[in-house]
Amino acid sequence: MLTSQFLLLGAILFCIGVYGVIARKNAVLVLMSIELILNSVNINLLAFALRNGSADGHTFALYIIAVAAAEVGVGLAMVLMIYRNRRSIALDDLSEMRG
Amino acid sequence: MSAATIFSADLLVAQNVGFAIIAVLMVVAALRVVTTNNVVHAALWLVTVLAGAAAQYVLLAAEFVAVTQVLVYIGAVMVLFLFGTMLTRARIGAERDLNNPYRRLGVPVAALLLAAMTVAIVSSFGDEQLPAEPRVVPVADISDQIFGPYLLPFWALSFVLLAAIIGAIVLARKD
Repeated sequence: MLTSQFLLLGAILFCIGVYGVIARKNAVLVLMSIELILNSVNINLLAFALRNGSADGHTFALYIIAVAAAEVGVGLAMVLMIYRNRRSIALDDLSEMRG
Repeated sequence: MSAATIFSADLLVAQNVGFAIIAVLMVVAALRVVTTNNVVHAALWLVTVLAGAAAQYVLLAAEFVAVTQVLVYIGAVMVLFLFGTMLTRARIGAERDLNNPYRRLGVPVAALLLAAMTVAIVSSFGDEQLPAEPRVVPVADISDQIFGPYLLPFWALSFVLLAAIIGAIVLARKD
């Protein structure tokens, strides 16, 4: 197995996630795209862990999984509150902070 | 990375075939996540991507992370997503108005980013092989890392999780 095949898979998933963050208006779908990005980073970390024969990449991957879980929890709670107040979760309706 | 290297016979081992099948499945599913018009379908395609990522972790000799991925992502995060979808949506089904009007802008941005990363990866790691007999990292090593040199990030992460739990309750409760 080549190192670069895993890195390229991670890069492709990362770019698809970036496209999703740019293209989507629905807040839940933007959160899903962020999950894609975080997973691509995990693939990279584990590829480098195998390449270097160390456990550091595994540790970082586990930490990223935990942070992603926390992020989804808070993100969806915020989406729920926005939906309750505004009956919509379209992100470009949220313009109160515009200067 | 020359084409001869990619298609040479000694590379067509079972691991590479498995990698290719899972990778194609993951990329197709990821594209469906960002293009489908149905939020529930997007969540289910995301399950496919996450399961494929768990399979890639097994290929990368990281069983513990793969199991954690299945438990946390497919088990917990997806349930959160489906609940979020159900609680913020009057009807389940295809709908319009999920995308930004300027979403075409995302294609050149993502393509440019992918091109830059591909050039960087190929020029740095072009033909480099992963170790054929990889040192499988035992779970004890991971716990030694977490409770040894990476203890401070572990504490920080515990506070992040605690704050996330409390924050989610405070945000989501009806007052």
